[in-house]
Amino acid sequence: MQALYAQLLVGLINGSFYALLSLGLAVIFGMLNIINFAHGALYMMGAFCAYFLLNLGGINYWWALLLAPIIVGIFGMILERTLLQWLTGLDHLYGLLLTFGIALIVQGIFQNYFGSSGLPYAIPDQLRGGMNLGFMFLPIYRGWVVVFSLVVCLATWFLIERTRLGAYLRAATENPTLVRAFGINVPRMITLTYGLGVGLAALAGVLSAPINQVRPLMGADLIIVVFAVVVIGGMGSIMGSIITGFALGVVEGLTKYFYPEASNTVVFVLMVLVLLVKPTGLTGRAA
Amino acid sequence: MTSITDETLPITPRAMRDEMIVFVIMAALLAIVPFTGLYPFFVMQALCFALLACAFNLLIGYGGLLSFGHAMFLGTAGYCSAHALKVWGFPPELGILTGIAGAFVLSIITGYISIRRQGIYFSMITLALSQLLYFVYLQTPFTHGEDGIQGIPQGKLFGFIDLSKPVTLYYVVLVGFLAGFLLIFRTINSPFGEVLKSIRENEQRAISLGYKTDQYKLLAFILSGTIAGFAGSLKVFVAQNASLTDVHWSMSGEIVLMTLVGGLGTVFGPVVGAFVIIAMQQYLAGFGQWVTVIQGVIFVACVLTFRRGVVGEIAHLFKRSL
Amino acid sequence: MKSRFIASLLLGTALTLAAGGMASAGDKVVKIGALSDQSGLYSDLGGPGSTLATQMAIEDSGLAGKGWKIDVISGDHQNKPDIGTSIARQWFDVDKVDIIVDVPNSGVALAVNNVVKEKNGVYINSGAATSDLTNAQCSPNTVHWTYDTYMLAHTTGQALVKAGGTSWFFLTADYAFGAALERDTTAVVTANGGKVIGGVKHPLNTSDFSSFLLQAQSSGAKVIGLANAGGDTTNSIKQAAEFGLTKGGQKLAALLLFLTDVKSIGLDIAQGLNFTETFYWDMNDQTRAFSDRFAKRMRNGAPPTMVQAGVYAGLLHYFKALEALGENPHDGVKVVDKMKSIPTEDALFGKGEIQPNGRTIHTAYLFEVKKPSESKGPWDLYKLVGSVPGDQAFTPLDKSACALLKK
Repeated sequence: MQALYAQLLVGLINGSFYALLSLGLAVIFGMLNIINFAHGALYMMGAFCAYFLLNLGGINYWWALLLAPIIVGIFGMILERTLLQWLTGLDHLYGLLLTFGIALIVQGIFQNYFGSSGLPYAIPDQLRGGMNLGFMFLPIYRGWVVVFSLVVCLATWFLIERTRLGAYLRAATENPTLVRAFGINVPRMITLTYGLGVGLAALAGVLSAPINQVRPLMGADLIIVVFAVVVIGGMGSIMGSIITGFALGVVEGLTKYFYPEASNTVVFVLMVLVLLVKPTGLTGRAA
Repeated sequence: MTSITDETLPITPRAMRDEMIVFVIMAALLAIVPFTGLYPFFVMQALCFALLACAFNLLIGYGGLLSFGHAMFLGTAGYCSAHALKVWGFPPELGILTGIAGAFVLSIITGYISIRRQGIYFSMITLALSQLLYFVYLQTPFTHGEDGIQGIPQGKLFGFIDLSKPVTLYYVVLVGFLAGFLLIFRTINSPFGEVLKSIRENEQRAISLGYKTDQYKLLAFILSGTIAGFAGSLKVFVAQNASLTDVHWSMSGEIVLMTLVGGLGTVFGPVVGAFVIIAMQQYLAGFGQWVTVIQGVIFVACVLTFRRGVVGEIAHLFKRSL
Repeated sequence: MKSRFIASLLLGTALTLAAGGMASAGDKVVKIGALSDQSGLYSDLGGPGSTLATQMAIEDSGLAGKGWKIDVISGDHQNKPDIGTSIARQWFDVDKVDIIVDVPNSGVALAVNNVVKEKNGVYINSGAATSDLTNAQCSPNTVHWTYDTYMLAHTTGQALVKAGGTSWFFLTADYAFGAALERDTTAVVTANGGKVIGGVKHPLNTSDFSSFLLQAQSSGAKVIGLANAGGDTTNSIKQAAEFGLTKGGQKLAALLLFLTDVKSIGLDIAQGLNFTETFYWDMNDQTRAFSDRFAKRMRNGAPPTMVQAGVYAGLLHYFKALEALGENPHDGVKVVDKMKSIPTEDALFGKGEIQPNGRTIHTAYLFEVKKPSESKGPWDLYKLVGSVPGDQAFTPLDKSACALLKK
C-alpha cells in the first residue's frame, strides 16, 4: 500500500509536466486553431536556453525560469509572424504539417551543434536533497515542480478565463472582425497568445532540465503523449487540459506499478475509450 | 475554414479521358524502368509507398477522413506476410493473401470503432488505435521486437516466377501496384465514389437523401485499409524484412506527407508524392546530419507555397482533373 | 532518369560510379560505405565520427601510396531497417561498394547483415550490440568488432558480483536488446553465486524513471542493473542520483554506456558508475596519439568512442587482409576468410583474433567514472579498475549458436 502512495505521488509529478505542456497546446489551439507540433521542440529549446544561460552567462536557475520562457516566447512570436500567420482559415492539417516541419528544422539544428546525447544541468543548490515522507523519499526538487506548475497552470487559467485581457482573446477567436471593430489589434493579440503558449512549453523545459538530460530529441518523444492529453481533455479547453494532465500522470504512475511495459500506451487506451464515450473529450466543446 | 480538397472538378467524360491518358503514360514509363538504368529497388520501394498513399488518399481525398494511423495496415500485412512466408513456408501468392487478410480483418475492427467520429477526432482515434497495435507488436514474440523479421525468402510466385530476380520482382510489384491503383481509380469514379464525395461535402445532406453514410464510410475505410495492406505485403518482398518502423506513428505521418506533397484528392498526386519522399530519403542520405533540417524546410515550403501539392498545382494550372 | 541525375549530383559519386564500373575481379580499387545513424540517437557514438574514423584508417593504412584507390561514401540509415537495407543494396548494386562499416542499431544491423551476405560483400559491424550477429544470424561475410551484449553482461556482471554485489534488480528497456542484456547478465550473476531479486521493464524512450527507481529502491537490492541504452540510461542514472539511490548504498551498473553518455551526464552525477568498454582514449601513448589526431578533426573536439575506434581498427585489419591477398578480389567471403586467418593487432585494441563465427576477440575493460576532483580535463572521465582477456569476455565458441561452426 505504501508503494502505491509513492507511485501516486510520482505520477502527480509527471502529471505537472503534461499539464504545463498540454496547457500551452490547448491555449494555442483554442486561440489560433493550430495544432502546434513544434511544441516539443520549443520545450527542448527552453531546456537548452536554461543550459546556455547558466554556462555562458552565469545566470542561475531562478532567473532562467523567468528568462527562458521570454526568450523562447519571442522566438515563437517571430515564428508566428513570419510563418504561422499565413495559415489563417486553412485546414488543421496544414498547421500540423507546418509546425511539424518547424520541429524538424529546430531539432535538426540543435542536433548538429550539440549532438544527440545531451548536456548536463544540475539541480539548483536550494532545492537539493529530499525529505522522507514515511512511505517514500521525495526529492525536494520534485515537490517544487508540482507546486510551481500547479500555480502557473491556475494563473494561466485565471488570465484567460477571468480577466479582461482573456475575454478579448476569447472574443477575438470567436469573431475577429467584430473585435477589430472595437479598436483592438487582433493579429497582435494572436501573436502574443502564441508567445504565451510557447513560453509555457519553454517553462516546462526549464523545469525538466535538472531531471532529464537536456537533449535535442527530449521533446520529440513527449509530444505525441501531450497531444493525447489535449484530446482527452477536450481540444482547446484550458481547465480540461490541466486536469487531464495531472490525472494522466497519476494513471500512468499506477500503470508503471501494475503493468510497466504499457505505461507509454495507457494514454492511448484512455483516448480511445474517452472518444468513444464522449466524442469531444472530457470537457470539450463541439468540434 | 476551407476544406482540404476545395476544388475537385466534377467528373466529366473529358476528365476521365485525361486521367486515362495520364495513367497509360505512367504505366508505360514505369514499364520501361528496368531498361533505363534507374535503380529498380528504389522504384519498387517507391511503388509500394505510392500504392499505400493512394489507399490513404481514397479515404482523405474522397471520403474526407484523415487517418493518422494508416501505418498499422502496412505493418500488420507486412508482419502477417513475413510470418507466413518465413515460418509457415507459404508460397508468395498465399503469403500476400495472408497479409491482405490480416489488414482486412484489422480494418473492419478499427473502421467500426473509428468512423463514428469526425474531423480531428477521427484522426486522433486512428492514431490511438495504431499506437495500441504498436504496443501489441512490440510485446508479441513472433515479431521479434525491434530486430524485426529478417531474411524473408522471396520464393517463386505461382511456382514458376522467380521473385529473387530483381527485374522479375520489379514487374510483379508493378503489376500489383497498377492493379491496386486501377481498383482505387475505378472506385473513385463509381456511384459509390460519388456518394463518398457527397458525404465529404455535406454529410447531413447525404443522410437526408437517404444514404446510410456510416456504411459508406466503413466500406471506404475497409477498402483503403485492405489496399494499404496489399502494399505492405508487396513491400515484404522488396525489403525482405518486416519491422516495427512500419507500424510506428511517424510512418503514418510520412504517408500523410507523401499524399500532401503530391496533392490531396488528386488521382496521381500520391504516386508523385511517394516518389518524391522516398527519393529524398534515399538521396539525401549523403547529406548526413542535415537530412532532418532539409526535410523540415521542404515541409514548410510545401505548406506555405504549394498547398495543392505537385500534381494539384499542375492540374490547377491546366484546369484539368488529374 | 531525372532522379538518377539528382542521385549522382547529390551523392557526388559521378566519379566513383565510373570507377565502380571499371571494377572487375582482382584490382586495387576499394569502395567503403560508412552506414550509420547520422542524425538520431546513435549519431554521437557513431555517425560523423565513424566516417572520420574510416578516412583516418585509409590514410593510416598507407595503401594509397602503394597504388590502391580507396573511396568512401557515407549514409544515414535513420534507424530504419528499410532505409538501411535499401541504401546497402544500392551501394552494392550501383556504387559497387565492397565493404560496409559501423551500422549501430541492432535492428538495422541485422537487416544489413542479410543484404551483405546476399551480395557477397564485407561487413564490419562496430556499432550494434546484438550478439545474434555472430550467433543465430551469423554470416561468412560478417566481422563483429568492439562489443556485444554477451560481453557487456558478462564482464560487468561478473566483476560486480565478485565485488560483493550479490543481489540484483534490473531496469530493462522493453525490447529485444534490453531483454538480451538482462538475460545474459542474469546468467552470469547466478553462475557467480549472486541472485536476481526483481526487475521492471520500462518502455523505450521513457523520460521519467522515478516510478521504476522507487521500486528498485524498495527492493533492497545491492546492485541495480540498467539494461537499457542511450537517453534511457542517462536519464535513469540522473534520476537515481536525485532519488538518493546511490547515497543509500545501492550500486548502479550501467550495462551499456558510452563515453559520450558519461560526458553528457557529467561527473558530478555519474561518479562511481561501473561499466564495461573495450576502448578508452586515455589507455596508453598510442591510444592518446590517435585520439589527439581524431579529436582535432572532430567538429566538437571529442575523442573517439569505442564504436568509432572499432571502425578504425576493423578497417585497418581489412586493409591488412587485402594487402596479404595482393589485390581486391571483390569477393566478400574470401576477404573475410583472410581476415580471420590473420591475428588482429592494432594500436587501439591490442592483440586479438577473429573467430570463425565472425566475432573479434580483444580485451574488455571494466571502468569506473572518476570523481570530479580526480578529473584533469574535459574528457578525463574514466579510471580503469580491471580487465578481462578476450577469450573470457566474449561468447565461448562451444556456446555460440552460429551455423558456420558446425561444418
